[in-house]
Amino acid sequence: MSSPNEPAGGPEKVQTPDPDRSAGPITAVPVRYPERWVAAGFILLLAAMFVHMLFTNDAFNWPFMFGNMFSEPVVRGVWVTLSATLLSMAIGIVLGIVLAVMRLSGNPVLVSVSWLYTWFFRGVPRLVLAVLFGNLAILYATIEFGVPFDTYIMAAFGLEGDLRFFSIDARTLLSGYTAGLLALSLSEGAYMAEIIRAGLQSVDKGQTEAAQALGMSRAKVLWRITLPQAMRVVIPPTGNETIAMLKDTALLAYVPVTIELFYQLKAIGTQSYQVFPMLVAACLWYLVITSVLMVGQYFIERRFNPSQNSVRNRVVGGAH
Amino acid sequence: MAEISENPVPPGDADALVVADNVHKRFGRLEVLRGIDLTVKRGEVMCVIGPSGSGKSTFLRCINHLEKLSAGRLWVNGELMGYRQKGGRLYELRDHEIAAQRRDIGMVFQRFNLFPHLSVLGNVIEAPVQVKRVPRAQATEKAMELLEKVGLPDKADAYPEQLSGGQQQRVAIARALAMEPSLMLFDEPTSALDPELVGEVLDVMRDLAEGGMTMVVVTHEMGFAREVGDSLVFMDEGVVVESGDPRDVLTDPGHERTQAFLSKVL
Ligand SMILES: Nc1ncnc2c1ncn2[C@@H]1O[C@H](COP(=O)(O)OP(=O)(O)OP(=O)(O)O)[C@@H](O)[C@H]1O
Ligand SMILES: [Mg+2]
Repeated sequence: MSSPNEPAGGPEKVQTPDPDRSAGPITAVPVRYPERWVAAGFILLLAAMFVHMLFTNDAFNWPFMFGNMFSEPVVRGVWVTLSATLLSMAIGIVLGIVLAVMRLSGNPVLVSVSWLYTWFFRGVPRLVLAVLFGNLAILYATIEFGVPFDTYIMAAFGLEGDLRFFSIDARTLLSGYTAGLLALSLSEGAYMAEIIRAGLQSVDKGQTEAAQALGMSRAKVLWRITLPQAMRVVIPPTGNETIAMLKDTALLAYVPVTIELFYQLKAIGTQSYQVFPMLVAACLWYLVITSVLMVGQYFIERRFNPSQNSVRNRVVGGAH
Repeated sequence: MAEISENPVPPGDADALVVADNVHKRFGRLEVLRGIDLTVKRGEVMCVIGPSGSGKSTFLRCINHLEKLSAGRLWVNGELMGYRQKGGRLYELRDHEIAAQRRDIGMVFQRFNLFPHLSVLGNVIEAPVQVKRVPRAQATEKAMELLEKVGLPDKADAYPEQLSGGQQQRVAIARALAMEPSLMLFDEPTSALDPELVGEVLDVMRDLAEGGMTMVVVTHEMGFAREVGDSLVFMDEGVVVESGDPRDVLTDPGHERTQAFLSKVL
């Protein structure tokens, strides 16, 4: 489509524009939309009522909220929540890549293992997983590294004893935070596996063939050609996952992890009988962190669309 | 499992770069190649023609082992593709060993298959840097020479989607040449191009042929086959029906099927 002040016919046509023909901008009365003004007025009225309520209803108790929103345990809770989000996403993505590659490997053993994993961790609710992992220490009081079935093997050779090299108290290893992180990461791995698998499958088969024809091994093809191209498809849903994960860190409270953000805010609210202001504080904190994560996603997306962004030359320059 | 013919024929002729011995390829119950025997000599430009579905692409892909043979053997540069022969038995090569064999063979595809996430330069230096571990500066220098050779020195920083089809195909040729292959395979390199862009790609291929590169070219460009080709192979239904000097085959085909095919395309 040509803009109104461009000569009729456009510059690329061979036709020479007729100088006598009018090519001035179109002057027409645009269509009016009165219903938009009505709707806007109505919404403005509702907004005014809402703001009025925010300031006059004592339940909000703003001074109390701002006074406690930045208190030391809450700020620490923010960091715990943020670190749990990023760590469990990082572990989840790595797991997801491994599971997706296994799923597409064509090796029946790997395919089944990957399928089973996804089946389990997508099937069990995260809340249940969080509580379950919080109680894993019941299953193994100590975690030991050594030869599997060692006591049987030793017995078979007529010996007594075991082949265990070192052991850790499970309650130390599976402290609340670690257990919760593990639950979230393992669960995330299952979702990321599906996202990454879809991404890998979206890459044209010709890409793999071209790379193989150049003499790249399968691992090289995956790492240098297929995965980077899958990223474009993988990043947007991964952004969703990250934000969902941020909110799911509230489940850590059930492990229990008491230093986590929501737990801290709720605790302050309950102790001081000021529940509502602290719930509002929770909303505000989660919104702030989500916004920060969204900015991060914007930059990551730009990084993996090199041909479509304006800093192209810098990216290429960096690759020299 | 691959059925391999009883008596392995070593590639006796020192001049031979590609030796195909009774190559068969099946996809399920469909037998696409039904015993291909042919030899490509060093420096030879062999053009392959034939109707759609006759197995030309499949044969080309067997040469660099993108397809596994169902039966028969294929040597490139004296190396049996895809297998190691030891004590009268064949052992399948591992992924990285097959990859190593492919480094000596360049391939150009009908649909270019450039890497869209890499710049033109990135495409050309990718394999030398990642596979051959050539230092980046050295690979870049070589890549710029190659881009010069295919007439695109000013497109190094562009991305594939910003290029015309003809330009993309020339980059694809440069990318394959960057690995310094001793054999180049072309699978209908101009079929996806607008007619006015065909010439620029054929010119690059002609230069390459004149420079002494061994080439196997599946093509519908009979003019190219006649002028540049040293030999012409006509394939139909998975067999080589006729082969010989391109001028002879094209002007005076000895076989009925060749005549029928040529009368349709010429
Ligand atoms: N991966 C595959 N699985 C099943 N059948 C295949 C596969 N690849 C090719 N074929 C079949 O093998 C036959 C030969 O295909 P091929 O691509 O080699 O033909 P071609 O001579 O290159 O044809 P064209 O001129 O159309 O490119 C066709 O019938 C095709 O459907
Ligand atoms: Mg083909």
